[in-house]
Amino acid sequence: MDNYDVECALEICDVCKHFGGIIATDHINIMARSNTIFGIIGPNGAGKTTLFNLITGIYKPTSGDILLYGKSLVGKLPYEIACEGVARTFQNIRLFNDLTVYENLHIAYQKSITYTIFDGILKTKKCKEQEAKCAEISEQMLKSVGLWELKDQLARNLPYGLQRKLEIARALITNPKVMLLDEPAAGMNEEESEQLSGIIKDIRNNNDITIIVIDHHMDVIMDVCDEITVINFGKQLVTGSPYDIQNNSEVIDAYLGVGD
Amino acid sequence: MIYWLGVATLVGIYLIAVMGVSILCGFTGMFSLGHAGFMAIGAYTSALLTKNFGIPIFAGIIGGMILAAIAGALLCYPTLKLRDDYFIIVTLGIGEAIKLIILNAVNLTGGARGLSDIPKGSSFISVWAIVIITFIVLRSFINSKHGRNCIALREEELAAQSVGINPIKYKMVAMVISCLLCGCAGGFLAHYMHYLQPNMFSMVKSDELIIMVILGGQGSLTGTVLAGLLLLPLPELLRFGSAEQWRMVFYGLLVVIVILFRPAGLMGMREFTFKDIKNVAKWFRSEYSKKTTRNKV
Repeated sequence: MDNYDVECALEICDVCKHFGGIIATDHINIMARSNTIFGIIGPNGAGKTTLFNLITGIYKPTSGDILLYGKSLVGKLPYEIACEGVARTFQNIRLFNDLTVYENLHIAYQKSITYTIFDGILKTKKCKEQEAKCAEISEQMLKSVGLWELKDQLARNLPYGLQRKLEIARALITNPKVMLLDEPAAGMNEEESEQLSGIIKDIRNNNDITIIVIDHHMDVIMDVCDEITVINFGKQLVTGSPYDIQNNSEVIDAYLGVGD
Repeated sequence: MIYWLGVATLVGIYLIAVMGVSILCGFTGMFSLGHAGFMAIGAYTSALLTKNFGIPIFAGIIGGMILAAIAGALLCYPTLKLRDDYFIIVTLGIGEAIKLIILNAVNLTGGARGLSDIPKGSSFISVWAIVIITFIVLRSFINSKHGRNCIALREEELAAQSVGINPIKYKMVAMVISCLLCGCAGGFLAHYMHYLQPNMFSMVKSDELIIMVILGGQGSLTGTVLAGLLLLPLPELLRFGSAEQWRMVFYGLLVVIVILFRPAGLMGMREFTFKDIKNVAKWFRSEYSKKTTRNKV
């Protein structure tokens, strides 16, 4: 893209993860530049979600380092990494199912709320001000993703596509520096995934954010990503622009099998 | 009249404990089968402090609350990382262990013979004042960020972590709140009964606390209070038909009925509001007018 050096938002340096004898990710190197959309693709079981779990602290890497704007994330607990500014969605949607759409976002807005339990119980001025701000931001976010009309619906009752949308909104309201989307287009039809591409691009354009996407929908990936890396059986095959990836013989072999 | 005042006082005492358990089990989703043990800690601490050192009763109760909370925090810190079902087993063990310790520390607690001559002090007014204060405090806790974080942990722990909620911290908060309230209830119980005996805090008592939370609806404070008001006076009512031994059967039956017909509990996750009272009143009025018009016809 640009000729001069762009700041690196998330850097994955030589990360390995072994589960017993199984090597889930093997010396992966990723440099996601600031304010870009980075795609990770690969066949099922390639270790893509493992990589996300390593970034968010659910697993600890066997070796290697993960840096967020130069700061190591290795050894931190999942909630600490979230507080550092890494938000994520899950492959199998994980919403607060029995709460309303509004409450889902309301809970996720944590960062600027600093009042203590005693403030909360005594309903001090500090508490009221921060709660009012939280309500305002939740409302804005719901309106901007078009879920405001559904705010009193239980999250579990939403259709699949909207649940995905809500999960993205919930990640976004934490005001992250890096957002990880794990198969956001899974189970969506063509029209829905096209819409999703638009949403992802809008998020990048309107926020100071770096997005990393895993997906199988090539149209979404090729459409939104500035840079893509391909993983197969835990090994990194190639990194490059969507055009490079589409014309790489190794990638074609991994997806379609090697011809005789 | 005095008898019923006593029953009402006892109901209030247990309501304090039930509300505490509601925060832990209903709102944070961590089931505990050992909270009678924390009631016992509060009760014996308060009783011994007031009896042996002559300190005022309210100070004794506060001492009991603090000790119960400390015990709860210490015992549960290593176990909070356990998955739900294992946590239940641990609390079950803790509750029984506390009972056995009290049973065997004969010099201090009187063992199975019990502890008598505990100063009197729990009155209807003081107990119900605490019930109301507890209710208001818990309500604003639940509506604050901290209460919401507890609810988020119940709903989906991984997702809660991914938005920056510290699971250990908020499980600890819920545990300490529930232990404080159980300790408080224990203290009031000691000063109401003037007599304590380890069997008052058996596992059955812990079960009763949990049953009320489940019946009332997990995640509804008003529901829990409603279930408590319904179930707590029951043994006294059954006493008249000398059907007291049927109490646990009745409890079990009630749980089965509620699970069959209202799986989420009486109130589900909703809170009972003034609007509901109005609606119920309206419904009654319409039913009444229907009846009267029918009678006229």
